[in-house]
Amino acid sequence: MIQTIAFYLFATLVIASGAVTILARNPVHSVLWLILAFFNAAGLMVLVGAEFIAMLLVIVYVGAVAVLFLFVVMMLDIDFAELRAGFIRNFPLGIVLAVVLLAELVLGIGAYRVGGLVLGTPDGAAATPEGVSNIAAIGALLYGRYLFLFEAAGLVLLVAMIGAIVLTHRERGGVRGQNISRQVARRPDEATVNARPEVGKGVQL
Amino acid sequence: MIGIEHYVVVSSILFVLGVLGIFLNRKNVIVILMAIELILLAVNLNLVAFSAFLHDLTGQIFAMFVLTVAAGEAAIGLAILVIYFRGRGTIAVDDVNRMKG
Repeated sequence: MIQTIAFYLFATLVIASGAVTILARNPVHSVLWLILAFFNAAGLMVLVGAEFIAMLLVIVYVGAVAVLFLFVVMMLDIDFAELRAGFIRNFPLGIVLAVVLLAELVLGIGAYRVGGLVLGTPDGAAATPEGVSNIAAIGALLYGRYLFLFEAAGLVLLVAMIGAIVLTHRERGGVRGQNISRQVARRPDEATVNARPEVGKGVQL
Repeated sequence: MIGIEHYVVVSSILFVLGVLGIFLNRKNVIVILMAIELILLAVNLNLVAFSAFLHDLTGQIFAMFVLTVAAGEAAIGLAILVIYFRGRGTIAVDDVNRMKG
């Protein structure tokens, strides 16, 4: 019973906050509603026992992607009222497309209910073993069967990181940066020394 | 009783909302990127639901890879947005025509 209530709560909230995300006037509000949508989707995933993906969703999306969005929205000084101008004009086309897409999905689900295509059953090679937690099972699979895919995912993230840095990096003129080779090549005799002259004697330069 | 159909319906509605968001906010790139994130979220929800339905963890592994690609896509997309704004002072999609032949 409690699961049913939780499911309907999470499902309602995820759909409502997704709708407000695309309809909000202010993109900052959009990002905040997107965060709420991700939280509720994580709740839906916890309900079916996928804790690891749910926590990953919260950490990666809420912790990184949403903050990145918020940062960019607040950093760019944009006249958002002007960007909303085409909203009414695009509304009929958008609604038509959404209705067509939804009708197709309903058709697909309806056809499945009548008797779907049988594409075979899972072979159980990646089934959760008895008495093992979700995280342990995913870890065993990720570092065993899907090791190379996992490494490739790391490579994708590396490429994304380098790409983002290269794209946004800007050389500034007139900034006194650190010159490492000059710093390393420096000898003690060309450096400043700490002298302690007696009173009235002066220092030798 | 909650079944796989409930999850499929929720993720279909979320997917359609994402597509609708792309068409409604055709000028605002940031909201378009957020709509793409909504679409990917719907896909992830579907993968996880079917993973639980079929008792096969492959769906969750795949959802993780989708998450990876989504994070990279958001980072690159926002970086492109920042340099575009630096050069043009606007992010309206309708004005993007510099590469037109």
